[in-house]
Amino acid sequence: MAAGTDTILGSVPALWDEVTRRVAAGCRFADLFGTAHAGGLLLTAHLVGPAGLETWQALLPPGAASYPALTPRLGAAFWYEREIRDMFGVVPEGHPRPQPLILATAGDPPRPGSGSPPGAAERAPEVLPSHVAGPGLFTIPHGPVRSGVVESIEYLVETPGEDIPHLNMRVFYKHRGLEKRFEGMTSSDGVLLAERTEGIATVAHALAYCHALERMAGAEVPWAASLVRVIHAELERLACHLDVIVRLADGAGLAVATARFGWHKEQVLRLVSQLCGSRFGRGVVIPGGVQGLPRVAPAELLTILTGLDRKLGADLRVLMGTASFLDRLRRTGPLPPPRAHEHGALGPIGRGSGGTDDGRAARPYDAYGSLSVRVASRPAGDALARLEVRVEEIAQSFHLLRQATDELAGELAGGADGELGGAAGGPVRVPCDPAEGRAVGWAEAPQGEVLYDVSISGGRIARCRARSASFHNLVLMHEVFAGDILTDFPFIEASFGLSLAGVAR
Amino acid sequence: MMWAFRGLRNGVLTTRWPARPDGYAASTRGPATVLAPASQPSPPPSQNGQASLAGLCPAGAISQDGQGAVALDQGRCIQCGRCVAARPDLFGWQEGPGSAALSRTGLVVPPVAETPERLAGVRADLRARTRALRRSVHLRHVDAGSDGTEEWEMLALLNPVYDIHRLGMFFTASPRHADVLLVTGAGARGMIEPLRTTYDGMPHPKVVIAVGTDAVGGGLPGSSYAAAGGIGGIVPVDVWLPGSPPSPFSILYAVLLGLGRLPAQAEGGGTR
Repeated sequence: MAAGTDTILGSVPALWDEVTRRVAAGCRFADLFGTAHAGGLLLTAHLVGPAGLETWQALLPPGAASYPALTPRLGAAFWYEREIRDMFGVVPEGHPRPQPLILATAGDPPRPGSGSPPGAAERAPEVLPSHVAGPGLFTIPHGPVRSGVVESIEYLVETPGEDIPHLNMRVFYKHRGLEKRFEGMTSSDGVLLAERTEGIATVAHALAYCHALERMAGAEVPWAASLVRVIHAELERLACHLDVIVRLADGAGLAVATARFGWHKEQVLRLVSQLCGSRFGRGVVIPGGVQGLPRVAPAELLTILTGLDRKLGADLRVLMGTASFLDRLRRTGPLPPPRAHEHGALGPIGRGSGGTDDGRAARPYDAYGSLSVRVASRPAGDALARLEVRVEEIAQSFHLLRQATDELAGELAGGADGELGGAAGGPVRVPCDPAEGRAVGWAEAPQGEVLYDVSISGGRIARCRARSASFHNLVLMHEVFAGDILTDFPFIEASFGLSLAGVAR
Repeated sequence: MMWAFRGLRNGVLTTRWPARPDGYAASTRGPATVLAPASQPSPPPSQNGQASLAGLCPAGAISQDGQGAVALDQGRCIQCGRCVAARPDLFGWQEGPGSAALSRTGLVVPPVAETPERLAGVRADLRARTRALRRSVHLRHVDAGSDGTEEWEMLALLNPVYDIHRLGMFFTASPRHADVLLVTGAGARGMIEPLRTTYDGMPHPKVVIAVGTDAVGGGLPGSSYAAAGGIGGIVPVDVWLPGSPPSPFSILYAVLLGLGRLPAQAEGGGTR
């Protein structure tokens, strides 16, 4: 695996040349971010190719106020360069819309990696330009306080009345300054913040963060711990996919289906809390392993899973046969496969548009390499395809859960003692506390690939880049309204299934 | 037609809490708490190689005075469980949904000296304000920088297990129709203005509930260039509910506490 192989190139244009060359050769653009550095602003790009993850870097000299933008050459960098502008105040020259994305401030930029805290920021509201013009066109501002219990974002829907020719998004409302907050934390505290970066994908974020540290320290996670990690990651996938289904059923006005799937989701969260005390699997994953074994014996867990699978499966079969529901999703919010591929769309959005990339299968971690992971994929690219991918992944998750629980039962029977929350250095964790270094970790969240690029200096976090799948994917909302009308909006938003906490951070 | 029959499949799933006890509600994990209040024999920090008790908490919830007496501010507890794992003799989990308090200082254990008269005053004032709401209450939620889980737990209140409609409670889209404002998140600076506008748009009487440790005390995002360290400085808070995230039962408890509608047996002492 090519993880950690990184090259510092001579100049920013040379970095863009390399990135575009690698993308043309079939790599997926995965991340681009800045780090305040003694020698200026360090730009880091992550690409994912068949051989694994590769990292390319270049230094922008201190004092440089701008650099030639990558976005005109590689559209997927659109939001990433706006984020760099927000965080460091440098302007990407030639960027089609160099406006605030995750932070709209007038004061000093926070400059992650610099180690010094910026002052409190005042919001400087900017009026976004209209992107379409014509008689009778107007903008519907929707948010940041929207109807229902949802996270804060502002959608500006430009419409002549029914169609949605253009959509703008302002995500900076709930920026929490987390990447700056990581700085100076110990590596064991950092995982707590990683869990809260995108709360509904707590386990996936903790895993990606811990994988980075474990790679840095060369720590080998005990087999039992890697199985426990899989169990929690798959339960999280069930809960998130069920949440999407609840929202879709609610949008379609299927009251009974909404209630049924809401109940199933509650059962999953209760099972998680039975296993570890937290309904979101918090505190389970720690650098070097897991906090403890599940508090439910494997045999009992298998029984619970079988019951859950049976009840949920029966409801899913009825849902996927409810014509009035499927009609609302078919050809709604289409993302053409070539466009999804070009952007490197992640998770169910990418796989609903013909993608086949799933970190659990392509770049396996923890116990996934020894379990059989089948990747779900659909070519249609509409909201229905994204739902079908999720429904298939739910079945797959039960399959993985059963495999992992069986393995864990065997492991516990054959030696490793079943002491709950085994002592430090016991069977479920190894020491992992690197003092210096930098490494990248990843995990496949229910929303798609999560990437963490962690630098440790003197035992403390110097820079922690947390790139969620939600950040990478949300920008695609701009382009999926071809021919769709206002009433399709809730379906399209629900079918994306993203968390804004992970976008604005 | 298929769905109508499916809805009958598993009988009544709805809890009867708070009128009747609920097993899951009782087992819900709340914030950490101090087990042996007041005169526990805690060793001075530097001896026998042990880290200081305050150093156990990554969120700064634990403090220790010169005499060694330990206090834990549940409004800052992120439920990571470090203190419970390291010193099970001193710290434990508070179980059950009753983690909300009517004052910010009411979240400190052991309780700081607060006159019962003052608390009774707060209670009476709140009850006078909410009496007119009677048994039909409309809730409005605003996300001021949450991590996303608090929204899930709030939405769970609509599933058939909690079904808050049975208590006459409804989520409303418009602040103009809202009686109770549920605020999540550490007070992201971008949300300060929208939050104030929403609060101002609500008719009187109104009750504000800070939902989750981030909203109560800032949690891990804390106070920074991007977050205000809690929402207490932005809108006047009536009920403080810690938790990372708080469970659906504890959110329901907080709403009922704010409305003065908790039955005596569910109130759990009524000291806060």
